[in-house]
Amino acid sequence: MSNLASSTRMNQSRSILSNTIPQASPATLTPPVENESIAIDITGFNAFYGSFQALHDLNLKIPNQKVTAFIGPSGCGKSTLLKWCNRMNDIVPIARATGSLTVGGRNILTRSTDVVDLRRQVGMVFQKANPFPKSIFDNVAYGVRLHYKTSRSELSDLVEWSLKKAALWDEVKDRLKRSALGLSGGQQQRLCIARAIATGPEILLMDEPCSALDPASTARIEDLIFELREQFTIVIVTHNMQQAARCSDRTAFFFDGKIVEEGATEDVFTRPRKQQTEDYVTGKFG
Amino acid sequence: MSNTSAGQGELLGDAVSPRGKLRPRSSAASKRWQTVVVTGLVFCALVSVFTTIGIILMLVVESWGFFSDDKIEIWKFLTGTKWTVGQTQGELSYGIWPLLSGTLRITGIAMMLALPMGLVSAIYLSEYASKRTRSLLKPTLEILAGIPTVVLGFFAVKFITPYMLEPLGDFKTFNATSAGIAVGILCIPLVASLAEDALQAVPNRLREGAYGLGANRLEVTLKVVVPAALSGIISAFLLALARAIGETMVVALAAGSTPTLTLDPRMPSQTMTGFIVETFKSESVVPGTLSYFSIYAVAAVLFLSTFGITLVGQIIRMKYREVYD
Repeated sequence: MSNLASSTRMNQSRSILSNTIPQASPATLTPPVENESIAIDITGFNAFYGSFQALHDLNLKIPNQKVTAFIGPSGCGKSTLLKWCNRMNDIVPIARATGSLTVGGRNILTRSTDVVDLRRQVGMVFQKANPFPKSIFDNVAYGVRLHYKTSRSELSDLVEWSLKKAALWDEVKDRLKRSALGLSGGQQQRLCIARAIATGPEILLMDEPCSALDPASTARIEDLIFELREQFTIVIVTHNMQQAARCSDRTAFFFDGKIVEEGATEDVFTRPRKQQTEDYVTGKFG
Repeated sequence: MSNTSAGQGELLGDAVSPRGKLRPRSSAASKRWQTVVVTGLVFCALVSVFTTIGIILMLVVESWGFFSDDKIEIWKFLTGTKWTVGQTQGELSYGIWPLLSGTLRITGIAMMLALPMGLVSAIYLSEYASKRTRSLLKPTLEILAGIPTVVLGFFAVKFITPYMLEPLGDFKTFNATSAGIAVGILCIPLVASLAEDALQAVPNRLREGAYGLGANRLEVTLKVVVPAALSGIISAFLLALARAIGETMVVALAAGSTPTLTLDPRMPSQTMTGFIVETFKSESVVPGTLSYFSIYAVAAVLFLSTFGITLVGQIIRMKYREVYD
């Protein structure tokens, strides 16, 4: 990493620290999404596991600084799409994809994509909280240390900022040096969110972040998602219809590897255009 | 069976379930069988307990024979720097340190080889190797683990010493380095296999988490997976250490039979196990003599060292184990 590159990266992280990210205009969203506010643009996207085609010719625009929910029955491909957005599928040897998936105007499916930098821009929160067996502080600092050279005070400022953003600071500020594995499930998941936002991503991918949590912890994470929308583009995969309705701006309904319907959440839930969507959101199947 | 029940079915009519004719099992017989099985299980479990107790008793009783001898003072045994027990001429010296230091020297050399090599192999196998490579390498490691130690012993004398060590310097025919290398080779598969198990036990979601933050494979492995598996890796190290201390055949063949107190790895270096074998084999050993009892005194020290290491291993495992569900 050259000095120049690392210093620009540092500036990015400082700009998050001082909350100077320009806010998108809160204009009401009517489909289709306007071009300049697109965070992720998916066109003609196909995904495969070996010879099995998991996703068929998807077209979807994910808007900036909004929460987009992917809903649909198990095995419909929504997690697969989510994992392609920061190339997490690279870990799966038999996974491949065709078409185009652009993040910030760059097609990230190309071989030349720097996945390390991509994953700094596109953070991920997993189904089950996965804190590292390290201290709370070191967990949040982990990603920052990978990408930036920081002084101790910069690092501790950034850790504090991230934990505050993740609504965890007050609960852990007196025990930052203790093991993260001593936290409750809900706290661990918020810690993972803090860890993901500490590296300064523009986009946060959440793969059923509440599926292993009790209702109270789920409510806290949902509130958090609603607040984080101010600064981050959030894509959330969920099996919980109420959750999608409560905390997302836009919803895409997946079925059998295809997007059946996509639009403003209110429309998808109250005025679905397709019968299949209506059946799913009203609980007739799925 | 099926013929009879069909016959009864015809006789009684289909309305009666054929089950009504079955004799209930005697609960007394079933209880008796239970007792037999449980007794068998308890017996098998107790065999190892009693063996351990028996060995400890034997060591204590026979060592007592050594220390209660008029010529022996226990502090001279524990601090002395010369060992001449079993030698016919000269003054009798019975300091354990030449033998103990021989064991430590050879174990040290073996660990310098086995711990890094074993851990690196484990990391490669668990985190880097493709399925295909793994399926070739793992059996090879297991073959290495299956080589009889006596073969490794003469490999040390006939190959390692003349072709690897003698060109490098003034190594004696029987020396600590050659034996240490052979014991190290012996321990590599043990470390590799146990450390690999520990790495494999780290849940995949930790790796995903680190990848998701933009870590590359080396960063994931060194900063997340290895620390998460640390307690397992340390207990692998300690097991290898205990194995090396107790190793007998290689050192009996390759390390020589001169007890020395030196830091020079080119010199012969009799170990505790080496001394026991040597003395046991020699015809001069008569039960009741000092040489005979000394075997047990040395064996007791040997047992205490390996027992201590196993104990430390257990404590580390209990204290630092990360529990993942």
